[in-house]
Amino acid sequence: MLRDITIGQYYPADSVIHKLDPRTKLMATMIYILSLFIFRSLAGFAAVTLGLFLVILLSKVPIGYMVKGLKAIVVILLITVVFNLFLTPGETLVSFWKLRITEEGLKNAVFMTVRLIYLILGSSVLTLTTTPNQLTDGLEKSLKPLNKIHVPVHEISMMMSIALRFIPILIEETDKIMKAQLARGADFESGNLVKKAKAMVPLLVPLFISAFRRANDLALAMEARCYHGGEGRTKMKPLKYKGADGIAYLLIAVYFAVVILLRRFL
Amino acid sequence: MNFIEARKLVHEYIRRDEDDNVESILTALDEVNLDVKEGEFVAVLGHNGSGKSTLAKHLNVLLKPSGGTLWVNGKDTEDADNLWDIRQSTGMVFQNPDNQIIASVVEEDVAFGPENIGVPTTEIWKRVEKGLKSVGMIQYREHSPNRLSGGQKQRVAIAGVMAMEPKCIVLDEPTAMLDPNGRREVLEAVGQLNKEKGVTVILITHYMEEVIRADRVYVMDNGKVVMQGTPRAIFSQVDTLKSYRLDVPQITLLAYELRNAGVPVPEGILTRQELVEALCRLY
Amino acid sequence: MSIILDKVNYVYSEKTAYEIQALKNINLKINDGEFIGIIGHTGSGKSTLIQHLNGLVKASSGGIYYNGQDIYDDDYELKELRGKVGLVFQYPEHQLFETTVFADVCFGPRNRGFSRKDAELKAFTALRSVRLAEDYWYRSPFELSGGQKRRAAIAGVLAMEPEVLVLDEPTAGLDPKGRDEILDLVAKLHRERQMTVILVSHSMEDVAKYVQRLIVMNHGSVLYDGTPVEVFAHYRELEEVGLAAPQVTYLMHELRKRGIPANGVATTLEEAKQSILQAFSQKHAMSQIREL
Repeated sequence: MLRDITIGQYYPADSVIHKLDPRTKLMATMIYILSLFIFRSLAGFAAVTLGLFLVILLSKVPIGYMVKGLKAIVVILLITVVFNLFLTPGETLVSFWKLRITEEGLKNAVFMTVRLIYLILGSSVLTLTTTPNQLTDGLEKSLKPLNKIHVPVHEISMMMSIALRFIPILIEETDKIMKAQLARGADFESGNLVKKAKAMVPLLVPLFISAFRRANDLALAMEARCYHGGEGRTKMKPLKYKGADGIAYLLIAVYFAVVILLRRFL
Repeated sequence: MNFIEARKLVHEYIRRDEDDNVESILTALDEVNLDVKEGEFVAVLGHNGSGKSTLAKHLNVLLKPSGGTLWVNGKDTEDADNLWDIRQSTGMVFQNPDNQIIASVVEEDVAFGPENIGVPTTEIWKRVEKGLKSVGMIQYREHSPNRLSGGQKQRVAIAGVMAMEPKCIVLDEPTAMLDPNGRREVLEAVGQLNKEKGVTVILITHYMEEVIRADRVYVMDNGKVVMQGTPRAIFSQVDTLKSYRLDVPQITLLAYELRNAGVPVPEGILTRQELVEALCRLY
Repeated sequence: MSIILDKVNYVYSEKTAYEIQALKNINLKINDGEFIGIIGHTGSGKSTLIQHLNGLVKASSGGIYYNGQDIYDDDYELKELRGKVGLVFQYPEHQLFETTVFADVCFGPRNRGFSRKDAELKAFTALRSVRLAEDYWYRSPFELSGGQKRRAAIAGVLAMEPEVLVLDEPTAGLDPKGRDEILDLVAKLHRERQMTVILVSHSMEDVAKYVQRLIVMNHGSVLYDGTPVEVFAHYRELEEVGLAAPQVTYLMHELRKRGIPANGVATTLEEAKQSILQAFSQKHAMSQIREL
């Protein structure tokens, strides 16, 4: 089940999109998400679709792989459809029992579903083509101006990358602790909610203690390797814009202009 | 001057209750004297809780002396201005391989140290390559640390220290969590750095077999240095070692027991080959 | 009374790109009262194997029978089995969670459905038998030393009064004295209670000294199964798969090569010592006869 979620996973491939600077991709994703809420007409829809599928094609990530990621949001999609379909006031198209479907409802349902699907597809292009490290680097550099208003941008991005590194380790550890307690006859499954919550104590206590211990060890290891915050720090892989990024920014601007114009005139 | 000089080094862990009154004092280091020359391979032996890890943390200024003095690379660890110099010249590898790897890609982790001390980008790349090559991990440079074995992770950690171009590496029980193969990998890598690159090595351990290749051994008990000398000299004192909760390698123990039973094999046998030769001469 | 593994296979992440066959066609019979050592390097399947014995991991195919009963039967109580086959994991930190050691040791018997009083009685007996000093019983388990934590963890499993005790590398990270103490404790439990004990270890010297039967795992299969003497006779083959015999076994082989009639199958220090002494005294006797 967890394996089906492709959002947030990296798909290694050699493509133009993979090679773009993460800042470019972050900006593009933001503009794209914005554009999803701007288009209203079929022409706008066509422009967004064209943009999205062109990028997916360029990224060399198999479409099937991306669509699999949608499985995780099927429930949310269904709820959106039902709510929009039945609860939008307007001219009735069909009605049965106490429910009625309106023309506006149908339109809303279709547009909202498309928006949600496109939102997931678009943002998964970002995560599938960018390693978590590049992503945090990109965020750190894009958000640097916030430093002026005392937002600890470097520290936040360091925390993010450490979290990314330790999530798999802690998942594995949870599994081990669970087995150790099961071996002593612990029961994590039966009983009501209160009982189940209580059963988690033997799992959570060792997990938290271990996590604190790891945090403490890691802090020492970082200090021993001369870590003293972001000041005076150099980078092995500094972010640098290349020619392709310039073209990408231009295309993003054109795309955004087209979507806005289409909303206004079509 | 020696690379490391500790004179009457004392460290006390002080526990206080809520009102800040001293509840208990634990003397982890009790007037320790330690001298390590540049290029030496020194092992520090001791059972769990003997104070050897506390000593290691002092060498990297992760802890500061409660008393006495400690000089590393000609610099007093008490002086805050020397902090980054000392940490760069004396790198440290810890016990748990998972808890000291920071990045999600091997090469980026090796780069962490040089990045912190402001090494320019092109130089970082060179150092990362050199560091990974020195421990034989260059082919894993783009891997995720999570898929590596324990021994490989420790070698990445050593590469990360080497990339800071230190004069000395302190290894605090680097093999305690590894299987025999991982242990061998790490020790071979460390031995090579010492022999080929002349890096000073301080190996803290309780595995007797790991001490054999050291130039000198310090034995710690209860916060004090209780024995020091060559591995051969140390291992010829089987009973004294046992009284410190330690042991000797199986072959050394066999030679010792044969001696006690009347076979006059020489004292302080360290390797299988030595015992075979000794027995053949006597037979 | 026995555990029988019949054609057990186990595949990790079946039908994905990460598919790994962790166990391949394992056939074993573990008899009542045996002291068994399992060796093999990391990834050889030894940890997966012992997790099958108490039903924590379910075989992909094949059957496991505890005292003649199929543990994969729908109405078989796996929870009950976990009380009978006590499994102590490598790191005590993964199981200690209560506010006091004593309360922690009560956790197992309480889960098995014993009353508070009975559970406390069992915890008392278990803590006594692992020889953890009473001063520590009402302290937080997190204040204990490595060796003491290990004892508390073993007590936590013993308190369930298992018939079989399985220990996964119980000496990892302990100093030499701590290691000897834990292994002596395990040997004593085996001797005095006729408990079946299965010890997973990396140390050839340790298993040679303690166990009666040795199972060598390699790439998910049983490579050798026999007494330590039988298994270590294959010292060359063991080396090929990245394992080794105890140091003294090599010593004896080298001595024989050099013409000293030492017993080639010695696997422990005591055996080696006796055999060398014997060789020397025979030689001595021979030369005395010749002089006459």
